[in-house]
Amino acid sequence: MVNHEVVNCEQVWREISNYVDGEVDAGLRSSMDEHFRTCKRCASVLAGTRNVVALYGDERMLEVPAGFSRRLEKRLGQRSESKWGGSRWSTLSAWLIPVAAMALIVGGLELANTSGFKHPPKSILAAPARDIPPDMLVVVSDGSKVFHVAGCPFIHDKATERTITAKQAMQDGYVPCSRCLRQYLKTGLVGPHDEDDANAEADEEQGEVVRVAGH
Amino acid sequence: MSEPSMALNNPEQTSGTREQELIQRVQRGQHELFYELVRPYERRVYAAALAILRNEHDAEDAAQEAMLKALKNIRQFRAEARFSTWLIQISVNESLMRRRRERTVQMEGIDDRRDEESEYAPRDFADWREIPSEALERKEVRQRLAEALATLDRKYREVFMLRDMEHLNIQETAEALGITVASVKTRLLRARLMLRDLLAAGWEQGWFSRLPFEKGNKPW
Repeated sequence: MVNHEVVNCEQVWREISNYVDGEVDAGLRSSMDEHFRTCKRCASVLAGTRNVVALYGDERMLEVPAGFSRRLEKRLGQRSESKWGGSRWSTLSAWLIPVAAMALIVGGLELANTSGFKHPPKSILAAPARDIPPDMLVVVSDGSKVFHVAGCPFIHDKATERTITAKQAMQDGYVPCSRCLRQYLKTGLVGPHDEDDANAEADEEQGEVVRVAGH
Repeated sequence: MSEPSMALNNPEQTSGTREQELIQRVQRGQHELFYELVRPYERRVYAAALAILRNEHDAEDAAQEAMLKALKNIRQFRAEARFSTWLIQISVNESLMRRRRERTVQMEGIDDRRDEESEYAPRDFADWREIPSEALERKEVRQRLAEALATLDRKYREVFMLRDMEHLNIQETAEALGITVASVKTRLLRARLMLRDLLAAGWEQGWFSRLPFEKGNKPW
């Protein structure tokens, strides 16, 4: 038989919540059990407290307003989208865009330097002359750094013209006339794969050049 | 029997395993799964906010904000904690922060500290017996209980709701509200006894008059 101290109503009320939660020691529990058997009022308080805990602890007491779930799901969905499309994307784009731009530039330069890439046409004057016979006689004059074949209508200051070899003219910094020496400039433009096209084009102009050059 | 098949045979364990899986997937970035993860607890998160804010609109907004904060900080959640408790604590923190912004509410509770320390004598109602849980099927009963709860002073209501409705333990309730364990126990006792008195009085006023009690058996 468990010995227990006698407890009064006030002591029971003070501990009744702990009693319901099972947080009183065995001695006090025994004393309170004995009290409940004899005190109708405290038995009523105990039953009522248990009622309160049971009723309010029921999940049905946790009601949410109508449409709560739908609104919550929508807001979370918006957050997920904005998180990916907003701040996270901004963080990524902060370094992705410059990196992508650099990749495009480097890739473009790399592509442009590949042998299979056809360079855009340059100015004829910008192209180096090739295959001009070095001992060919050409005409130079003052006021111009262009050399011509004799009789070219584009010779400047004919009063100062003089005849030298093509080799000498080029050593002196003269460049071939794009009119009378066009055939050599054309040759200088072509690449290995376009030689036939260049030759055909050169043939078309051959007559004029030959006529002008007197060859 | 292998562990996976045991999990399948035990709904609670299966549910817990599913929750752990969802947590890990959301932590890895599958945020679209977050609502599925928190859906079982949305009512408790809302109720925690309502316990503190008392206003349905504010409580809903705080609950939503708490969920967003949970999503934002999901990587900080550690498996040793209960996910539901973690969510509720975020909701409580969010709600407390909102309440602190309102000066008028801060005035509450200055004068009733003495009230907390004084003894509470429950009213004498004879023949109290158990109210069947079926009573909660009726909306007006739930409404009456909610009204009774709303009459409690804030400090009692908060502790009661977190402990008896959210089922946090005493320590968790104390941590969530930033008060001592002793205060939680004192306030919980007072809240329970006051609600007991309110419900008993409500019985006398006919709150539960149409409940299907057995013939000749009064609820108290």
